[in-house]
Order: sequence, then structure tokens, then C-alpha cells
Amino acid sequence: MSAVSPAAGGFGLGARERAVLLDPLLVNNPIGVQVLGICSALAITTRVDKALVMSAGLILVTMLANLAVSLVRNHTPAAIRIIVQLSIIASLVIVFDQVLKATLYELSLELSVFVGLIITNCIVMGRAEGFAMNNPPYLSVLDGLGNGLGYSVVLLLVAFVRELLGAGKVLGFTVLPLVKDGGWYVPNGLMLLAPSALFLIGLLIWALRQWKPHLQEKD
Amino acid sequence: MAEATGVNINSTRYTIVFAAIVCVVCAALVSVTAVSLQPRQAANARLYMEKNVLVAAGLVQHGQSVSRSEVEAFFERDIKARLLFLETGELVPEGKIDARNYDQRAARNDAATSRAAPTNTAGVRRLPEYGAVYLVVKDGQVDQLVIPIEGLGMWGTMYGFLSLAPDGTTVRGLTYYEHKETPGLGGEISDPKWLALWKGRKSYDELDKPAITVIKGAAGPPDKDPLHVDGMSGATVTSNAVTRLTQFWLGTDGYGPFLRKVREGAIR
Repeated sequence: MSAVSPAAGGFGLGARERAVLLDPLLVNNPIGVQVLGICSALAITTRVDKALVMSAGLILVTMLANLAVSLVRNHTPAAIRIIVQLSIIASLVIVFDQVLKATLYELSLELSVFVGLIITNCIVMGRAEGFAMNNPPYLSVLDGLGNGLGYSVVLLLVAFVRELLGAGKVLGFTVLPLVKDGGWYVPNGLMLLAPSALFLIGLLIWALRQWKPHLQEKD
Repeated sequence: MAEATGVNINSTRYTIVFAAIVCVVCAALVSVTAVSLQPRQAANARLYMEKNVLVAAGLVQHGQSVSRSEVEAFFERDIKARLLFLETGELVPEGKIDARNYDQRAARNDAATSRAAPTNTAGVRRLPEYGAVYLVVKDGQVDQLVIPIEGLGMWGTMYGFLSLAPDGTTVRGLTYYEHKETPGLGGEISDPKWLALWKGRKSYDELDKPAITVIKGAAGPPDKDPLHVDGMSGATVTSNAVTRLTQFWLGTDGYGPFLRKVREGAIR
């Protein structure tokens, strides 16, 4: 790859690779800027452990789906490309779901329906169609990793706030002792309901656009 | 690039062949994974079921994570798995069949070890010859009896465990560990807060008929209103299904004959 600037610094990646990997974390965040994958972000962010597993699943699936789609991109007939992408993504998600059931059984019961919904997660489809179809495998994997991480950052942030304020815990460990257990913290029940994630993501999008004014649409 | 290989990738024949290859590769990937992981998944499901026996008995809290060895230790120390003839309620002599590893669901699906259930409203189609009961032993005495219950909910079969005191009627605990009810509505059947409402209520009325009922609205405290449990708002179908299946398994076609013997003091 060209344009490896001496100032590239960490990761030993060229400028293009770095941009592909790191942009989705903030300035082109799939949730915060592209506003993709909102439905699962509302549903599974009540606890940090759920968000972690979901993030791991999405990162894996986006990376592998991007890799596979990119590998066959020059052989895929245009007429069936979306179906091909969907078959690849669906297979990967089923594999992930099966692995989850064989390892983290109880978590898989709670996540089950949402793991299946990774198939229809707009981020995966969006990156496969929008990036992997036109880019080489290596860059596509980086793009998948970047977007997966971007999704995870938001998911974990929202889950952290919701679990902390809603249940006084982080990853199941008590941080704010609840009144009902003899502590002082009165939990905010709203935080455990889906609308609170909408508020939190809304605040996040607002903060992101204040910080990077070029993201604001001209109207 | 396609031009270089001399194949028109947008021709109909190529498209069909390509689609077929994608299907075969994806199908192979999914099948290999599913088949190779099946034994581990089955073992996990079994462990989860046994954990829920402990949850119903209150030895493990809802949502608490326990390891395989901890479940094993509980079963060694506090739980005695027994089988009984559902029709007569007689206990099967110990050691005749391995009660611990008895698979009641497999047994009721096997025509050789089950019979068609009489018409009922609980959605139970077949009844196994043997029913499992888990005796929770405390200080050498039977402290609770945990029985499996199942029945048709709104979207699928609900599986759970009901724990009764040695008087054969007082509810000590309840869990539903597998169901397909709507999350947030009927899905509340696995909510610890709702399940806790069952504690201390009575299963049978003065006439010895299964009578515990999930009502619409709120029930009184267990000592004043022992035969009623709060309904789940927005989940009438699930609430009614819970009533029907609970009464079915407490009734003559379920564990009724056994529990009658228990109420008469058979296991004390």
C-alpha cells in the first residue's frame, strides 16, 4: 500500500489503513454518525456483560463478513450480490450463536433473539455492500474491525451508564450500594427500559456533533 | 477482472452456479458447527435445567451463576432425585432406574415410555410413565419437593419447576427456565419479583382440589389470600396458561396422586 507516512505512529499502518480502522471509532461512528444498528443498541445495553458479548459477536461477524464478501467481490454477479452477502452474514451469525450456546449458555438465552438479529444489523450489511464490495480483503477486514469497534464503544458506554444508574452495578459488581440492600443509592428504573438508551444515544450524537461541527447537516 | 478470466459473471448460467456454490459452502459451515457443538450444548442445557431445580428450591438465587461442580455438589449433598409412577403416585424403588439422569422430556416423546394425555387445557399432549421428583433434604428430613411442570403458553411450551413444602400444598418456590413468551409482557414469568409472589401460597383448596390461580390484578398477602397470585399486566394469555398448567400438574393426571400421599404424610 502507498502513502505510509513516517508520522503514522502506532499500529504500523499506512494513513489509509489507519483512517479505515480509526475513523469509525469517532468521526464516522456507525451509531453516532451513520445512525446504523440502533435497534440492538436499545435492546441489549441494560448490562455491560450483554453489551460485551454482543460487541464481540458484531466485531467478529463484521470482520469475517467483510473478508468473505471482499474475497468474492470480483466473482459475484451484480444481480445476486445482496443475497450472497446475506447468506454469508447469516451463516456467520448462526455459527456465532452456536458457539455461544456451547460456551456461555445462560447469556446466550438472554441474548438469543438479538444475536440472530445481527443478521439484519444494518452495520454489517452496510459495510459489506458499501465497503467490502469495492475494496481489497485486508482493508475490508480493517473496516469491519473499525466499525465493529465503533459500535462497541457506543454500546459499552451506554451499557455502562444504564447498568450503573439503573442497577448501581458495573459488570455485576456493586458500585453504588442500593437503598434496598442497605446502601444509599435509589436506582433509576427508567435506565433499565429501552427509552433511556434512546436518550443516551441522542445525547451522544449531540455531543459528537458539537465537538465535530462539520458533521452537522446544513439546512 | 472477470473479463480476464473470459467468463461473463453476469450470465444466467454463471449466476446460478455461483449461487449454488455459495449455498453449499454456507450450508456446510453451519452444519459442521451445529453438529460438532451439539453435545456441549446438550450438556449445558441439562446443567441449566438442574440449576433451575436448585433455583426453585431457593438453594440458588435467580440469575446467580453457578459452576458445574457447584451444581454437582448441591445434588450430592442436598437433593435426592426420585422417580414415581405418575398414574398411581407410588415412588419407584431406588436404584431401579437412574433417576438423576432420567430425561423426562425424551421419555414423554417416546411412545414406549409414555401415553397420550387425557384432554386438558394445559396443552399437555403426552404423559410419561415416570415423573421425576427432586426431594430437597435438610438435616436428614425432606424439606421440599420439586416437580417439573410444563404447558403451552402464548408462543410455545413453557418449562418450569414448582417447589412444595412437605405438607404437599404450600408453595416454596417456582421458576420458568424455558419459554417463548413476549419479553416484557408474558416474559415476566421468569421475573424473580413475580415468582417470589408465589411463596407461601397454597396449591389446594379445602376440598383438596388444585386451586391456585393467577388472577387479574393484585392478590392479597399469602396468609390472607393463599389461593391467588397477582396477574401479569398485558399478559392475560400467559397468566391463564400458567394457571392451567399449574393446576394440571397438581391434578390427578399430573402429580396429584403422589401429592395426595404426601399430604397424608407419606414421606415425612
